[in-house]
Parts: sequence; C-alpha cells; structure tokens
Amino acid sequence: MDAMDTSASSPMILAARLVAKEFAAPHANAVDQEARFPLEAVSALKREKLLSAYVPVAMGGAGLSLTELVQVVEILARECAATAMIYAMHQIQVISIVRHAMDNLWYQNYLRELVAHQYLIASVTSEVGVGGEMRRSSCAVEMDGQHFKLVKDATTISYGAQADDLLVTARRNTDAANSDQSLVLVHKADYTLEQKGGWDTMGMRGTCSPPFLMTATGDVAQIIDVPFGDMSAQTVVPVSHLLWGGCWMGCAAAAVNKARAFVRGQARANPGTVPPTALRLAELVSMMQSLRTSVQACLTEYEALSVADDAAVGILTSMGYSLKMNNLKIDATQALPQIVTKALSICGILGYKNDSKFSMSRHLRDAHSAAIMVGNDRILATNANLLLVLKDD
Amino acid sequence: MSKQQIRQVLKDHGKFSANIDSLADDADLYEAGMTSHASVNVMLALEDAFDLEFPDRMLKRSVFESIDAIHAAIEELTA
Repeated sequence: MDAMDTSASSPMILAARLVAKEFAAPHANAVDQEARFPLEAVSALKREKLLSAYVPVAMGGAGLSLTELVQVVEILARECAATAMIYAMHQIQVISIVRHAMDNLWYQNYLRELVAHQYLIASVTSEVGVGGEMRRSSCAVEMDGQHFKLVKDATTISYGAQADDLLVTARRNTDAANSDQSLVLVHKADYTLEQKGGWDTMGMRGTCSPPFLMTATGDVAQIIDVPFGDMSAQTVVPVSHLLWGGCWMGCAAAAVNKARAFVRGQARANPGTVPPTALRLAELVSMMQSLRTSVQACLTEYEALSVADDAAVGILTSMGYSLKMNNLKIDATQALPQIVTKALSICGILGYKNDSKFSMSRHLRDAHSAAIMVGNDRILATNANLLLVLKDD
Repeated sequence: MSKQQIRQVLKDHGKFSANIDSLADDADLYEAGMTSHASVNVMLALEDAFDLEFPDRMLKRSVFESIDAIHAAIEELTA
C-alpha cells in the first residue's frame, strides 16, 4: 500500500524500510510503554546515513527530495510513530540549514560534519511565557565580541537529552523585539540542559519531550543571517506540516492495515460471503485515500514553489499559502484519530486488547498527539485572523 | 495619501514597542516588532483609511515590510 512509491525504490528508501522493520518495529511497544527514546531505530538511522539524507550530494549527503523524506517518515511511522516524529523533526532542522544557511562557511562545514558523524539535531522553539508560539521569543542572543551566550527556558525539547546539537530560536540581540528572531545552532559540548519536568504522556511517548532550561555559548558565526521570520514562512512551517503529514499517513496506514488483515481473516473463515466489517473497511480505505491525497497535493505544490526563482518573495510568503498549509495540518490531524478509531471498531475486541496483534492502543494514543502537540485551536485562530483580510479574489 | 497617514495607522494598530516616528521609511517593520497578527490589523486599518482593498496577491510579507513598501502598494492600487 505504498501509494507514494511509484518509482523504483532508491537505496535510501530501501534503507528506511530495513530500519523500520528490523530496528523500529521490534522495540515500538517497549518504547511506548517505558516512554523511552527509540535508541535502536535512531542508531540504525545513523548507521544508514539517513540523518544526512537531505544534505546535497556535493556535500556528502544523499540529496533526497522533500517528497522522498516524507516517504521515509511514512515508512518509519508505520512501525513506530515516535521514531518517525523524531526523524521528521530532525529533518526540519536540516532542511532549514540547507535552504537558508548554505552561504555561511561555518554551516557548510557543519553539514559536512553532520554527514560524517550523523548528528541528531533537536529544535528549541517553545519557551516559558511564550508557550508554543514559534514566532515570538523572549530569550535573546547576548553578544560579547565574537562570542555569544544564550539562556532559554524551554517548555519542551523533543529528544533534548538524546540530541547531539540544538537549533534554537531567540531574539536577535538583547534590544530586539519579540518577533525579531534569529536561528542559532549550538553544539552539545557548548550547552547544558537542566531537565525541569517529566514526559509521561498519552502518546508519542518515545519522543521524550520534557521541559529544559538550556544554557549555551558559541561563536557569532553560528547565528544564521536570514531572519527566522523569513525562514519560517518559506520553509519551517510548510516543511513541518508536510513531514508530519508523512507521520500521520504512516500512523493511519498501520491501523488501516491491521483492519484490512482482520477483515481478510474473517473472509477466509467464511468463504463465499462478504463479512459486514468489509463495508466499514471500504469506508476506512476511502478516508485513508483522502488523507493521502491532501498531503500529496500540498507536497507537489510546495516542491514546485520552493524551487521557483521568486521563492523568497512569492506565493510561499503569502497569507493565502499560510492559510492553505494550516488547513492541511488541521484536516490531516482531525482525520487521523477518526481513521484509527474506525479501524478499532472494525477489529472490535481484538483491537481493544493490548496483547492482540490487532491492538490499536498505541496507534490511537499516538494519533491524538497530532491535533494537540501543535494545538489546532491556535492554528484555527491564526486562520481566523488571516480571513479578516483574505478575499479569495 | 501620505506616508504620514501610513505612519499613523502603524502607530494605532502595529503594536510596536519602538517609537514609530524614529523609524526610517525603509526600516523593516517586522524587525521593529510587528507580528503577523498585528500586520492583519494594520492591513484592515489601511483598507479603511484609504478606502481600498488589498487583493490577495498583495497580502504577503514583502508588501508590508516597510512604510515605503506599503506606500508603493497603495500607489499601485489608487493609480
């Protein structure tokens, strides 16, 4: 059912399948139960050089497209949604660097090191007092000659304790406005993290995303020149929703495939009749197709717009495009729990039992993270504001 | 239509922490603290003040990034 896999599989896609089957799937339940980092899967992703998959070939990476990365995320999410989410979040950081910091020597060297050492990058955008609002920061880069200091009280850092490096948003300097943000990469050797709470959640437990107080230092070359506001509209927001879309598709596909196997089993037990659950399955597969179609349509459009000559000032930076990507996030994350719930109703008691091969518990709990971990109400509020001036003219 | 009128709209609706009067015509309004949310209020107030409607194609970051850019957009619509 790899609907996005129409061409011959590239080596990286084959590697992703191997990691998913051999290293993510066997530990997915333990990762979930113990709310622990999926070390086996992430180590395998590093061995297969999948963490640098998006880095251009000229710099030693595999030069995968965003479309291929979304496919990798889906492959991982079919077996372990937490592993897929970690991979997706890391790639958002890599893509931001590749698209916006390549003219900076320090970052060119960093990307080569990332290829060699397979560094895992975590994102530090949330902050006490600002919450999850990515486009505002209260902390600031404190300059001291060629060096800077940065202290951030983050409400959540996914895989913060396990990451090798952090990409942090902060006000450009101590005099800058809240919305005048820079993106800064800091090395593990140059920061400390003081964990300020736990991560005992309903789902996505393996992402290990507690609050941390981060204290970092670095060289001014580590501050990306392009304002974070520009990166956010052109890259961070659309790429996040698309890579997460891969995660939602994989999570949904895992549940749907259990329901399909369940219905096939019923049909084999009673040849010549169509089991009543097959009708529900027909509805379910249609819902799955709609989810896939909406992610794919936005992905195709973004791939075209992001390589256009006017990418920096064109449609990607328009309010109409923001509205559209926000709608993708809202629609996909509303559909996902509905799909998993329907798959559960098809499998019945065998889907409800935790020790059954049709168990839906992890998929359903992971699915509910989609609308909550980046809150849909916040996104709807943004759209409500945009619609005060958008006219569909 | 004057840049002074645009400045007044920004002062009333841009929610700037900095003093608008000391801002150059080509200064980056986002760097000066205008959020996306505030920029919508600025657009609505400009539409009201100048009795015009910005088409969707103009509703993007670069068109509202400075007083000069806003001035050029309004000139284009009222030409």
